[in-house]
Amino acid sequence: MSVVTVQLGQCGNQVGQELFDVLCSDALAAHRKTYSTASCERFFHLTSHGDLEARAVLIDMEPKAINSSMTKALKGGRWRYGEASHFSQKQGSGNNWANGFCVHGPRHKDAVEELVRREVERCDRLAGLMTMMSVAGGTGSGVGTYITQCLRDIYPASFILNHLTWPYGTGEVILQNYNSVLTLAHLYQLSDAIVVHENDTVHGICSRLLNIKPIAFTDINRVIAHQLGGVLQPALTPDSNGVYSLNPLGELVSALCCHPEYKLLSVSTIPQMPSSSVPYSSFSWTGLLKHLRQMLISNTKMEEGIDWHVRPPAASGRIRSVAGSSFNTSLANLLILRGKDVYCAETGNFEEATIYTPWLSPAEAFSAWKSPIPFNKYEKSATLVSNSQALLGPLEDIVRKAWNMFASRAYIHQYDTFGISEDNFLDSFTALEQVVSSYRELKS
Amino acid sequence: MTQSVVVQVGQCGNQVGYRFWDLALREYASVNKAVLVDMEEGVISQILQGPLRELFDSAQLLTDVSGSGNNWATGHMTYGSVYRELIVDKLRKAAELCDCLQCFFLIHSLGGGTGSGLGTRVLGLLEEEFPGVSRIVTSMYPSAEDDVITSPYNSVLAMRELTEHAHCVLPVENQSLMDIVQKIQMVAHGAKPELMVRRNATLSSGQGGVHEVEKPFDAMNNIVANLLLNMTSSARFEGSLNVDLNEIAMNLVPFPRLHYLVPSLTPLYTLADVNAVPRRLDQMFSDAFSKDHQLIHANPKQSMYLACALMVRGNVHVSDLRRNIERLRPSLSFVSWNQEGWKTGLCSVPPVGHSHSLLALANNTCMKLNFMELKERFTKLYRKKAHLHHFLHVEGMDLGCFTEATSSLDSLIEEYDSLDATRAQATPDPPRLRIAT
Repeated sequence: MSVVTVQLGQCGNQVGQELFDVLCSDALAAHRKTYSTASCERFFHLTSHGDLEARAVLIDMEPKAINSSMTKALKGGRWRYGEASHFSQKQGSGNNWANGFCVHGPRHKDAVEELVRREVERCDRLAGLMTMMSVAGGTGSGVGTYITQCLRDIYPASFILNHLTWPYGTGEVILQNYNSVLTLAHLYQLSDAIVVHENDTVHGICSRLLNIKPIAFTDINRVIAHQLGGVLQPALTPDSNGVYSLNPLGELVSALCCHPEYKLLSVSTIPQMPSSSVPYSSFSWTGLLKHLRQMLISNTKMEEGIDWHVRPPAASGRIRSVAGSSFNTSLANLLILRGKDVYCAETGNFEEATIYTPWLSPAEAFSAWKSPIPFNKYEKSATLVSNSQALLGPLEDIVRKAWNMFASRAYIHQYDTFGISEDNFLDSFTALEQVVSSYRELKS
Repeated sequence: MTQSVVVQVGQCGNQVGYRFWDLALREYASVNKAVLVDMEEGVISQILQGPLRELFDSAQLLTDVSGSGNNWATGHMTYGSVYRELIVDKLRKAAELCDCLQCFFLIHSLGGGTGSGLGTRVLGLLEEEFPGVSRIVTSMYPSAEDDVITSPYNSVLAMRELTEHAHCVLPVENQSLMDIVQKIQMVAHGAKPELMVRRNATLSSGQGGVHEVEKPFDAMNNIVANLLLNMTSSARFEGSLNVDLNEIAMNLVPFPRLHYLVPSLTPLYTLADVNAVPRRLDQMFSDAFSKDHQLIHANPKQSMYLACALMVRGNVHVSDLRRNIERLRPSLSFVSWNQEGWKTGLCSVPPVGHSHSLLALANNTCMKLNFMELKERFTKLYRKKAHLHHFLHVEGMDLGCFTEATSSLDSLIEEYDSLDATRAQATPDPPRLRIAT
């Protein structure tokens, strides 16, 4: 069962290339043929010459990032993109969501749909579609949203996972908050699940855990690729009957996104360390899972500076405890364990009712997938995909800043020129305030 | 790949433009697309006879022998009308050579007659004939001691056109350019051995370009040429965070008329000693916010930023960029609704002779003071009706043009003023939409 990935804009194309790199090297390094085969089948097409071609379509409104990603893949020598699997124009979207969504999207809809169709047809069975893009710019955000809408129309029965990269809070693009609001509001109606990586968080991982200096976007993208790879590589699920799951996206969606108001997923991985240290480190599942759980409930995005004082509210009678304010309530969690002795790993501490919102039982709220194959050189690694309040803070920041800017009507003329009016903005704000409110209420 | 067409108008415009092409060739070989307009043969024929003559097709030139007599009205109204068809024709031809025309760069000065008057007429024509194409204007503003007496009239009349018809304006002052050139010369000739400046690696150097002999204004014009090269670098070369030309105006212009961007360029020179790289890098960011590196006299740190772009070239990474933004941010005042008003770009290819460089474009309320000063110089002349008859004699010109121009300038100053007013008050966040639960 295969996943077709659509990479949009500079970020989507850069991160996508790193992701396929991780998937390929992990698949080829694995010592079990079933795992390698499953992984390759899921993400790559085997050409008649024996080359691995990524099941991906590269889209951008200007050519540089696509060229660079395709070249990088070729240089690596282990896999490549299909020669005809890309579409670009000459002039970008100018960091304007409206330009992407209202102008470029419709203009190039047919060409893009054709490329996706070709990739889908090369799959024996389609597990689903994944888009990769940033929310800050114009193409990934605007064209990406439009294309998601098109894919939803063409493949109504397929699962669509949107991977989004959120920009640095201190500002990468001035229009980033407008573009983010418009993207998230629209995607919420179209997507089955929205997996988010924040540049700020990943930057922290690079600097404090991986000791990388200076940090380039390639480093950021590799961490994202590692975390996503940990989610997407083959695993044995409760429903897969002893073989690698044939429905990874579907099972992810049903494990985590049971309610249409709650679609934002965050990812944490443990351990993460400089690659030079990996061969010399050894961990126990108990230790790893203890840290990971505390990361979850204290809303720490990495295993450094974890606040061990944060505790779940007292189980008896569901009284709101003093520690409640910094406690991250989860709606659902998916734990994916990979590596040595994985069947001995105890996940009980993730199954306590106190860490979940009361209207789902822990059995419904928690899922675990396992794979005995070590992932990306880590002897043992755990990935947690979480539908919780972890993204509430960053989301609120985006909405607040966008609203402040909107109140002054700054830059609105730029969006109006391309077809997004003040009313469109208001609709998007309303939709997101609803999402913010829903997640805030998870506390009770 | 998109194309831009450069329109050089007047003596200053053509001299700057000439340096631009020289340096552009040095950096990136490509087909030129330029339309040169001057009302005096001298400058253009020089270009035509010089080493760059291969570059310019005579079909792209437009000259008239007489000149505009430092009179905006002559340039704008008289020549504007007489040569309208011809100019539009030349522009069309240049545009047709382009696969995907993204932007017009207009280079001119405001103080004289041709660059100012005819230049702004051309700006209007560009809007009429090519409405979907961006218009980025590099305007040389006259200093207070400008030797052209009528320069305040010419500038204010031109400003109205710039405010109405340009997408963004990069104001540059001769005095600032001169100061930078002097600074470079002081370091280059001052010489403690560890401060040896690398040859041909200064902002004002034209070495390595086609035209070897340096003329008096060349050093200053090279600086402006470098401004344009750095602005377009991310559209031309790849990098980890590309910035297309249309993104610049999109991010830096929150309200259509407030599109005057203070440019700063660093470094001014590269030292021969390459070992000091890390310290130099942070210093480069600090320098971008120092008045010594601005191409116009202004005081952005004392005023309020509406938006700021940092276009980095060379071996610089996102962590360097983030670190410096966080370091410098506390000393800068940003408008309340754009506290994180940074537009950033990382281009892998540095300028010739440097390992990295930074162009900062600041949309800042400090420009208000420049405009107020200009208004004052204008008023001094206008009050006494000095030299007014030269302008009013030109057909198509009347007092109404003057009053409209001053009123446009006044309301521009007022727009900056009302934004500045928000700085003093602590603005609470506007109330958000409430959701019924």
